[in-house]
Amino acid sequence: MFVSNGLAFDVEAVGLTDYATFYSSVLSRLEKPSCHCLLYFGRMSSDHDVSLYAVVADDEAHTLEVLGASAALSDTLLSLSAERPEMHAFERELCESLGVKFSNHPWLKPLRYAHDRKEGGDIYDYPFFDIESEEFHRVGVGPIHAGIIEPGHFRFICEGEKIHHLEIQLGWQHRGVESLMLAKEKLLQRATIAEGVAGDTVVGHSTAFALMYEALAGAQVDPRLAFDRTVALEQERIAVHTGDLSAICTDIAYQLGNAVFGRLRTPMINFFQKWCGSRFAKSLIRPGYSNFPFTRSLADEWIKAIEAFEPDFREMAEQMFDLPSVLSRIERTGVVTTELALRLGLEGMAAKASGVARDVRASHPCLLYGGLGLEPVVKRSGDVYARARVRYEEVLQSIGNIRRLIAECPEGDERGRVSIGRLLPGKMCISLVEGWRGVCVHAGVTDSEGRLAAYKVVDPSVHNWMGLAMAVRGNGISDFPICNKSFDLSYCGHDL
Amino acid sequence: MFDSLRILFHQGRQYIPDVTTTDVPGVFRGRPVISSTPADEDSLVELCPTGAITARPLAIDLGRCTFCGECMFACPDKIRFTKDYHLATNSREALVISEGADSPVALDPDKVRKEIRSIFGRSLKLREVSAGGDGSCEMELNATGNVNFDIGRFGIDFVASPRHADGIVLTGPVSENMAEPFLDAYNAVPDPKLLILAGTDAISGGIFDGSPALRRSVLDGLHVDLYVPGNPVHPLTFVNGVLALLGRKNR
Repeated sequence: MFVSNGLAFDVEAVGLTDYATFYSSVLSRLEKPSCHCLLYFGRMSSDHDVSLYAVVADDEAHTLEVLGASAALSDTLLSLSAERPEMHAFERELCESLGVKFSNHPWLKPLRYAHDRKEGGDIYDYPFFDIESEEFHRVGVGPIHAGIIEPGHFRFICEGEKIHHLEIQLGWQHRGVESLMLAKEKLLQRATIAEGVAGDTVVGHSTAFALMYEALAGAQVDPRLAFDRTVALEQERIAVHTGDLSAICTDIAYQLGNAVFGRLRTPMINFFQKWCGSRFAKSLIRPGYSNFPFTRSLADEWIKAIEAFEPDFREMAEQMFDLPSVLSRIERTGVVTTELALRLGLEGMAAKASGVARDVRASHPCLLYGGLGLEPVVKRSGDVYARARVRYEEVLQSIGNIRRLIAECPEGDERGRVSIGRLLPGKMCISLVEGWRGVCVHAGVTDSEGRLAAYKVVDPSVHNWMGLAMAVRGNGISDFPICNKSFDLSYCGHDL
Repeated sequence: MFDSLRILFHQGRQYIPDVTTTDVPGVFRGRPVISSTPADEDSLVELCPTGAITARPLAIDLGRCTFCGECMFACPDKIRFTKDYHLATNSREALVISEGADSPVALDPDKVRKEIRSIFGRSLKLREVSAGGDGSCEMELNATGNVNFDIGRFGIDFVASPRHADGIVLTGPVSENMAEPFLDAYNAVPDPKLLILAGTDAISGGIFDGSPALRRSVLDGLHVDLYVPGNPVHPLTFVNGVLALLGRKNR
């Protein structure tokens, strides 16, 4: 069934086929390079049966399709991942959280060691891939890393300095986001949980959540709120991309770039501070209302900040991308080819750097993006250079987007508000918002009483972690940090 | 070379000369002040997403507060958040701000172990452990070392190994899966050592309090030297908190 981004539809309207039909339908959709699966999850329909829902986006046709199937938990299902590796995380989650069995999954390991897992055992007994050879040695890193970042475990298999294989074991950050969303029933609690999905993508996730929640409540999108949220999404992209350019410079020991991009990030996150009192835009986005309308005087503040920012940002970036000592470290390092990006189902910025134009701002626009007519920034080389370059050009693009938006900034400080009452019964909503890293997917299902009965989040990191693992193959282990920074993936966004 | 120097010149002066008194730009929500104006206290208690507000007398627990400001918007005559970012203390009780109180959150010098100031007063190395943190507190702790806040000027640094550290800074609500690794890191720090809880999530679990995916009991019996409220912690709150703990002025 075809649905629209951010619009609620009847759960019952999704036809549930048998698994064999579902399997071949999903595979036939995914054969098309413009198609990718954004969400695939299951719900227990009885003690023995599970309903499966896969959401496939077609970027060329601008469609969003939900396919459904019903299967008995006792059945052993044919794995989609065997044909399409991009499905690996979703099937691992189905196995871990519901106990769904797959016959030929190439990599059926626990995904996040969720507290309520049915399968998976102990996080310390993760079944790492291994190669028995005297030529190879293993390097284990984490869960606690050297820097001030979130935890995850990396296991390298190296021949001398060269990485042959990297396996990334996650789950350390699991806080039970999806079940807590159902357990805490106040709207403000739920909005606060959504802000905490990933602290580097507060606007992306809280906006996707708000749009989903408003749709499930049968509310229209308020134009004033849509304006604020679009500006906030673009500002978040400017701030995080600038910080990431600083981090990439750190990892190649380019001190000037590290310090300058680092200090340029400060006024960009401080703009959120001026807007809503939080440098990470926490408390800015709320379903149905906003305490912090973007006013004309804020627009003037933004113009002042950006006029100081942009020349210094351009100057620093041009110097960075012109310096042989920088280029020799980032060109042809950590390459993901277009073909591989498609096979792994990479999303957002990482996909764009590998020649795959995946950006829901262009393909499935929400908020005011339809009117911006955005052309995704695409690079072909798939290396650290490309991922850095996409950031540089996207910062400039986002500055342009906000300039165009605030040219028509609403006057006054009137607050957008739509009423959020009880949620409509028996509905489902898929909300897609392009955060700076890629698409943030929030999906909700209500029961016959209008209570939130299921809630799913997919951060683009879920798809892109495997991209990092493949990108470092054949590289020196000393280049791992820049490869890692060039993806800048979220641990908590994956672990939930 | 000349290009690099030109870029350097264009940056101007970026460091904050006095991190103890500088003003935070914009609408920072720091230490709240609660007036004695009558208000519907029960509705404020009901409103708060993390149970930080208690009634009669009305009080806000900064160890649970997400600083979202919703209570202030609901009852502006009753609650306002000041721009005071000096929020860190070594006493859990001092984080509870009651009606009528309008004095800075203070550190109790008698509760600071003597060896802390004599051994770490001039040089303190910290190891950060994120246990379910969403990344925002971690980024703010990173920011304490950037060219603006420059915590390194006080001889305070974050180091890569707990073996090189004088203490642990914990962020996040303590996920079950990170409970053991956190304890391993804590035990690897040589005595005497510090434990700093940074952020609302670390102090109380924040919005994740009550989730079955946490194991906060791992903190039981550990001595906490400093509580640094914030969601996330503001770099100035952290820098000032640690300076106060060490008994340092801005030098």
